[in-house]
Amino acid sequence: MLLNQFLLLAAGLFAIGVYGVLARRNAVLVLMSVELILNAVNINLVAFGAFNGTVTGEVFALFVIAIAAAEVGVGLAMVLLMYRNRKSIDITQVDAMKG
Amino acid sequence: MLSNVLLYAGEVATGPSTTENANWFLRNAWIFPLIPAISFLLILFLGKRMPKKGAEIGIASVGICFLLAIATGVSWIDHRDNYEGAGHGSSEEHSTDEGSHSEEGALTITDTATGAVDPVSLAAEEGEAKEEKHPSVAVQREVTWFQTGGVEFGVGILVDGMAVMMLFVVTLISLLVHIYSTDYVGGDRRYTHYFAFLSLFTASMLLLVLSSSTLQLITAWELVGVCSFALIGHWWEEKPNSDAALKAFLTNRVGDMGLLTGMIILFFTAGQTFNIVEINEKAIAGQISHTALLVASLCLLAAVMSKSGQFVLHTWLPDAMAGPTPVSALIHAATMVVAGIYMVARLYGVFFEGLSIGGSSVNALAVMGAVTLIGGGALAFVQTDIKKVLAYSTVSQLGYMAMALGVGAWTAALFHLFTHAFFKAGLFLGSGSVAHAVHSFDMKKDMGGLRKAMPTTFWTFLICSLALVGIFPLSGFWSKDEILAGTGGRGLFGGTGGNGAYTTMLLMGIIGAAMTAAYMTRCIYLTFFGEFRGHGHPHESGKRITVPLIILSVLAVGSGLLNLPKGLAGIPKSFQLKFEHVVEPVAPYFPPIAHATPSYSLAIVASLVGLLGIAVAYWYYFVKVEAASKEAGRSLTELPDGITSKSALFRAGHTLLVNKYYFDHLYQGVIANGVKGPIARAAYWFNQNVLDRTVDTVGRTSVTAGNLVYRYVDQGLVEGVVNGTGLLSNEAGQELRRMQTGRVQQYAAILFAAATVLAGIFIVIV
Repeated sequence: MLLNQFLLLAAGLFAIGVYGVLARRNAVLVLMSVELILNAVNINLVAFGAFNGTVTGEVFALFVIAIAAAEVGVGLAMVLLMYRNRKSIDITQVDAMKG
Repeated sequence: MLSNVLLYAGEVATGPSTTENANWFLRNAWIFPLIPAISFLLILFLGKRMPKKGAEIGIASVGICFLLAIATGVSWIDHRDNYEGAGHGSSEEHSTDEGSHSEEGALTITDTATGAVDPVSLAAEEGEAKEEKHPSVAVQREVTWFQTGGVEFGVGILVDGMAVMMLFVVTLISLLVHIYSTDYVGGDRRYTHYFAFLSLFTASMLLLVLSSSTLQLITAWELVGVCSFALIGHWWEEKPNSDAALKAFLTNRVGDMGLLTGMIILFFTAGQTFNIVEINEKAIAGQISHTALLVASLCLLAAVMSKSGQFVLHTWLPDAMAGPTPVSALIHAATMVVAGIYMVARLYGVFFEGLSIGGSSVNALAVMGAVTLIGGGALAFVQTDIKKVLAYSTVSQLGYMAMALGVGAWTAALFHLFTHAFFKAGLFLGSGSVAHAVHSFDMKKDMGGLRKAMPTTFWTFLICSLALVGIFPLSGFWSKDEILAGTGGRGLFGGTGGNGAYTTMLLMGIIGAAMTAAYMTRCIYLTFFGEFRGHGHPHESGKRITVPLIILSVLAVGSGLLNLPKGLAGIPKSFQLKFEHVVEPVAPYFPPIAHATPSYSLAIVASLVGLLGIAVAYWYYFVKVEAASKEAGRSLTELPDGITSKSALFRAGHTLLVNKYYFDHLYQGVIANGVKGPIARAAYWFNQNVLDRTVDTVGRTSVTAGNLVYRYVDQGLVEGVVNGTGLLSNEAGQELRRMQTGRVQQYAAILFAAATVLAGIFIVIV
């Protein structure tokens, strides 16, 4: 089995995710990009797990999926609140913490 | 050491002198000071809320102490005669420092069968065989109070005959005074505090009596002094009262210097110990140099002078009468003022050896006592205040006791202390009863003719006076006669067998007896006879005042029978010298004093002299003054053309006495002011030229130094650092805040950039 393809795929997904997080203004899309990053990591975990013939990678991946679900729950709630207050989900406008 | 092995070295009996093996009352005598001490705290904190304002707590605690004192006395009498030392209890810790000072060359007598004691030849020089004496073994228990520099400072109890006797006297008089006070100071604004201090005083006095170490003795000594101060100044709103309190306190400080010095000398010369028994034993065994003992006892005499009102530090005692009368009876007649006498009696080994009492004819203690006895008695003649007559009488009687100790008549001194406590307390309480009725202490202005109005007070006062004068067979007769016999005036009036040839003391004692008789007759005439010179209608005091008077007068009559002299015709032997047997230690810590043989002729001479004193005063007051009063039509207190107006010599003497020998002038005018002036001037000069200049220079230097420091260190360095720090933080903050855009994506960008850089470094390094 070749590990490279999986790693390349994961790296690609990760890069897209990072791009999404840094460049998108829509908060929902930022959340989705975060999901991409997490899934890139999941691919890595499962690939290394299969490569080494253990289930550790899969178990970790399961944990990450669970945590990602919770994270999305919280994230979407925050987006909802943001929308209610500002009628907008443009993340660049949320800068109340400016120093 | 087996306890029924008794060692005799020369005249001194050695062996275990103390034990812890005794019955409950003797072993736990520490409870005596504890009960009134607790009562003191209870009265102080709860007294005002009690129905009787705290008096009941005081009376209850002292009452318990009195009952315990009786039980302790009975236990001691049993212990004294029957204790044989059951082995284990008698190996004493205080004889560990090679205490076998007399084992070599000592004759060892063993009697295992009965434990009986062979006769001790105490009066070897008289060539007279003495009766056999069972040794008395004092009960001593000590705990370590504190420890410093490898020396343990013990505190504990030393119960023997004299302690038990004092326990009885202190608790009894204190109880009567407590009861009397509920009436006498009833309604006083500081009623509760008064009883609190009575309790504290009782506790301190009991602590003093039971002291097993000199350090403990000093502590208790100061405590009773404080109580005396507080109670003299009980009515401190009036200036003379607070002055009297201060005078008492300050005069006692003078003596306390001697006390401290003497005790320190004893501490070091006796091998770093405060234990009274040990000090005495070493002094008697000759392990302390004679010079050290002499110096120590002279220092301690200063303490006796101040505490027991001996010349020349007696001046505070008459002034102390400013306090409430029951206090005068308890503290300044019966108990506290005898603390000095008790201290000498406790450390008698030191005094006996230090002053060479045995076989001498004069010593400091005896002279001090004799001078006080005459000087105090003379002052009593010119007083118009009834309490001051009694105060000087107390001074004089304390002189008797000191003189008795000085001539080696130890038991006589303590016996006189014992009887004197009763009749003098009775006299003081009687004078208080009179003052309660006429609201004054002035015999000449406000008294006279009170015998009809106050019969109980009159009769008890008369009985106590007769006891004080020494009329047969009242208590004062026995104790005074014993003192006179104890001087052992080398055949004068048949006196034999004393410790030395103190003929001078004997003569002064007899003169003192005549004076006592005369001034007490004067006092009784002025108070109870003639016509009433005061205002209003005096009437007899209540039961709480008269009952203590009656009890004390009964004791004044009867207490003399406790120590009937040896060989008195018609008296069974078992009644003779009971007091001596119980109180006087027969132990290694007590010096081998010789006992004088009493003589009928001496007793008769002393009684006749006393009667002569009464007769002279009677003739003057009851005959001449009475007649002059009738002629003048009013109650006189002295003859209008008396001897002082005729003879210049008598006038001078009278003036001298009225001015109290000018002692107060000496202390106040000459010493205090004389010292005050030069010292004040010297202090002023010192202040101006040395202290001021030093302070000035220091001040100026400080200012200069301060300016320099301000300019360079503070402004330059400290300010710079502080400001610099602030400035730096501010600028750094201004720069860094630009990074805080509030945009999450920018933060994320920095995060990822940093992660990339770190990853790059990681790859390059690995």
